[in-house]
Amino acid sequence: MNRKVLIAEDEPNIVASLEFLLRQSNYDVRVARDGEEALRLVASFAPHLVLLDVMMPRKSGFEVCRHIRGNPAWQHVKVMMLSAKGRDSDIDQGLALGADAYVTKPFSTKALLATVRELLPEDA
Amino acid sequence: MLQGWVIVLTSFAYLGLLFAVAYYADRRADAGRSVIDSPYIYSLSLAVYATAWTFYGSVGRAAVDGVGFLPIYIGPTLMIALWWVVMRKILRISKQHRITSLADFIASRYGKSALLGGVVTVIAVIGILPYISLQLKAVSNSFTIVLQYPEIVMPAKLGAVPLLQDTAFWVALILAAFTILFGTRHLDAAEHHEGMVAAIAFESLVKLVAFLAVGAWVSWGIYNGWGDLFARSAAEPKLAAMLTPFDGVAVSYSGWVWLTILSMLAIMFLPRQFQVTVIENKNEKHLNKAIWLFPLYMLAINLFVLPIAFGGLLHFPGGGVDADTFVLTLPMAEKQELLALAVFIGGLSAATGMVIVETIALSTMICNDLVMPVLLRLRALRLNEQPDLSGLLLGIRRGAIVFLLLLGYLYFRLAGEAYALVSIGLISFAAVAQFAPAALGGIFWRGGTRLGALAGLGAGFAVWFYTLLLPAFARSGWLPLGFLENGPFGIELLKPLALFGVAGLDNITHAMIWSMAANIGAYVGVSLLRAPGAEETRQASLFVDVLRHPVEPGGPRFWRGTAPTPELFNLLARFVGLSNAAEAFADYAQRHGQEAPEARPEADAELVHYVETQLAGVIGAASAHIMVASVVKEEALSLEEVRAMLDEASQIIVYSHRLEQKSQELERATQGLRAANERLTELDRLKDDFVSTVSHELRTPLTSIRAFSEILHDNPELAVAERTRFLNIVIKETERLTRLINQILDVSKLESGRAEWHESLIDLREVIEDTIAATSQLFKERDARLVRRLPAVVPKVVADLDRIVQVLVNLLSNAVKFVEPGRGLVEVTLTEERGFLRVDVRDNGPGVHPAEQDVIFDKFRQAGDTLTGKPQGSGLGLHISRRIVEHFGGRMWVSSSTVEGACFSFTLPLAREAALA
Repeated sequence: MNRKVLIAEDEPNIVASLEFLLRQSNYDVRVARDGEEALRLVASFAPHLVLLDVMMPRKSGFEVCRHIRGNPAWQHVKVMMLSAKGRDSDIDQGLALGADAYVTKPFSTKALLATVRELLPEDA
Repeated sequence: MLQGWVIVLTSFAYLGLLFAVAYYADRRADAGRSVIDSPYIYSLSLAVYATAWTFYGSVGRAAVDGVGFLPIYIGPTLMIALWWVVMRKILRISKQHRITSLADFIASRYGKSALLGGVVTVIAVIGILPYISLQLKAVSNSFTIVLQYPEIVMPAKLGAVPLLQDTAFWVALILAAFTILFGTRHLDAAEHHEGMVAAIAFESLVKLVAFLAVGAWVSWGIYNGWGDLFARSAAEPKLAAMLTPFDGVAVSYSGWVWLTILSMLAIMFLPRQFQVTVIENKNEKHLNKAIWLFPLYMLAINLFVLPIAFGGLLHFPGGGVDADTFVLTLPMAEKQELLALAVFIGGLSAATGMVIVETIALSTMICNDLVMPVLLRLRALRLNEQPDLSGLLLGIRRGAIVFLLLLGYLYFRLAGEAYALVSIGLISFAAVAQFAPAALGGIFWRGGTRLGALAGLGAGFAVWFYTLLLPAFARSGWLPLGFLENGPFGIELLKPLALFGVAGLDNITHAMIWSMAANIGAYVGVSLLRAPGAEETRQASLFVDVLRHPVEPGGPRFWRGTAPTPELFNLLARFVGLSNAAEAFADYAQRHGQEAPEARPEADAELVHYVETQLAGVIGAASAHIMVASVVKEEALSLEEVRAMLDEASQIIVYSHRLEQKSQELERATQGLRAANERLTELDRLKDDFVSTVSHELRTPLTSIRAFSEILHDNPELAVAERTRFLNIVIKETERLTRLINQILDVSKLESGRAEWHESLIDLREVIEDTIAATSQLFKERDARLVRRLPAVVPKVVADLDRIVQVLVNLLSNAVKFVEPGRGLVEVTLTEERGFLRVDVRDNGPGVHPAEQDVIFDKFRQAGDTLTGKPQGSGLGLHISRRIVEHFGGRMWVSSSTVEGACFSFTLPLAREAALA
């Protein structure tokens, strides 16, 4: 069964690139355009990994991350923060909220995919 | 009850009480707990101004002139209001220079001139002598009148009495003894006579209480209050006339003015006033209270003058009773023995207070400014070789006191009854008024010189002597009356009471006009004639600038030279005694933190100056200067050098003033810097946020570009359609990046004010049409409709064409961006209103939430954050647009509800006529 990845991102072109890359790597991909939609999809789609943009409408990535980590049922869900906010303080905040990885934009596609693979080992 | 022995005994008992008060105050002073260091005591001591002349004479004058007695008390009240400026300066100077008297003050100002001090002394003695004799006369008269009780007989009717039976003679001797006891306990004349001041203050209370008592008794005891009293007076035609100031009485307008001026000067320059106000002052701050307390006293003591005068005139209608005696004779006539006795004591208080202070002041002048300078110059006396002169000094002062009182008595015996009390007092006032130009000029005008002061004093005094004293002599029968009526040798122009044909003035006004003209004229004229010498220049600067001098005055800066210390010490010891001199030197050593100055063989300039100041407190500035000069090897300073030093001093003053200003400026600058720093920190934070936001905005398109570039690179096998789609994204994002960078630069230029503006008259209607044409492609893409509501003709505005196009493109593209594809409607309206053109761009999109309407014009704030699907844009367009519109004096705002869509509006002011021309 393909691993499920949720992309929560409001920039359509970035979504397009992520969708292409993850589908190419045989992940089951869904897209949320804002924070609230992202939480709904976490519940209904039950992804293994969420790629979470920080600056999203309605609910920021940080808030979505806090909700995920606050729900005992979702403890296994991996969270990768994806942000143009590249300051150390932002990264620390993301990791403190329980994100498993923090990737700054613009990112290297190879590095991004490597991190995704790392978070979703084939044998798990 | 009013037998002779009762009166004499009461008088002595009263004097004994006075002495007890003085003794107590002196003891307290010795114990370091001064009683006179109080503004109330100080103010009371100033009331020595009210003498027997006030006590008896005011009523006398009021009985003749009505309210004409008032200027004598209005003057001091006016003058004292100026004391904050004038007297504070005199006090400061006198303390710094250890001034001992008015003569010393004037002499010291004009280069420590012994001659000037002598002249002032002579004028003061001659001028004041009648005034002293007046007090003797008052005491003696009141005594004689009381003795006749219950009869009321005027002393003049009793005829001459032999010397040894004359009460005035005994009064003079007793007062001399009393004054010597009070006034010459201490040698240092610059120090305070604490006992005397306390006694004087006490006497001021006694005379006030006595006068108020008799006044109240006349008003409510004899008559039924003031209403009754004045109603009865008004009924008498002769008295009614007196109730109006200038009507039918001897005093004219000019008389009022001159009497007021005269008493303004008297309150400052009567020797006794100078003594209590300046020499006896313990603390400059006492002036603050005296400035209102003393006028209050003046008011109180004058309250009952008119009631008593009218009461007396009504009570003794025949004119057989001298109005000067009403205060005493009214109680006697009504058999009020106790009150009569109280009045007698009150009058005694007024007279003795005046005599004591006046003779102390004058004896100090005579000793320090008349006798000592002469004695010290007489080599035959070999005073320089005397080891101790302190006994001699005290002897001279005591002798002078006896001499003055006997002289006063002599004048009383000889001048007799020629003048009423008030007139004699005024003659003295006019004499001391002659000191005003030299003294006041001396503290405000640097240019006054010693010769000028001498000339002014001499001229003023001569005129006074000729126009006031000689006529008084003539009236006393010492000179033929023809001298008054026809002028000397029959020369009409020189008539003493109508000099140079100026007639029709009362004699005081006449004398004041001429003497002041001569005095001021000579003082200013002669002063301007020749430049002052070195010593005068230096003293002038020290006096005039006393309130500004930051350093000890007269210090070594103006003086060069040395003296053998032992000789200096001996000099001081000769005048103040060995123990006092040793004490003074020890004091000096302590204050300068040095070993005893005696240990050094050569005294420096500072010690020499110190010794001179100490001596000045004993023998006056002029004599002290002479004495010190005799032992000092002074390197005479030329005028040029003194000038240079003064310049330097004033430069230091200016410099320190500037320093103060600078430090204030620095403080302000520091505050400014602190504020600027806070602002910078704030700006820094904003900049930080801006950079962070900008980098975020730049990273977003870069992310897409990089991701798709890598995808294209890593997947060469991609289908052409997909490849083309990805490449288009890269191109679009690159364009977005470029646009973003341009706008950031634009914002930066607008904010720093470096933007270039090309202003011209533009037709906004045309511009809108052109912009609509340019953006028509956008509308086509989203299938939106555009409606224009533009008038055919509109006035022009002044603006930068390209910038306005930028604004319009921004608004139109925003509008079309937000509307739903296919159903979009954008409406552009142009209207003219109140000097502005207004453009509205309305759309039927989702609208702007009220909470966001304020912030969408901020940098990087975009509407639509709450909506799914973020519109494309930098978040800078509206911010830039608003700045452009505001630059041309317009406004930009948004009005919207989420139902009707958004309406962005802006205005631009119409071009003024001038711009159109």
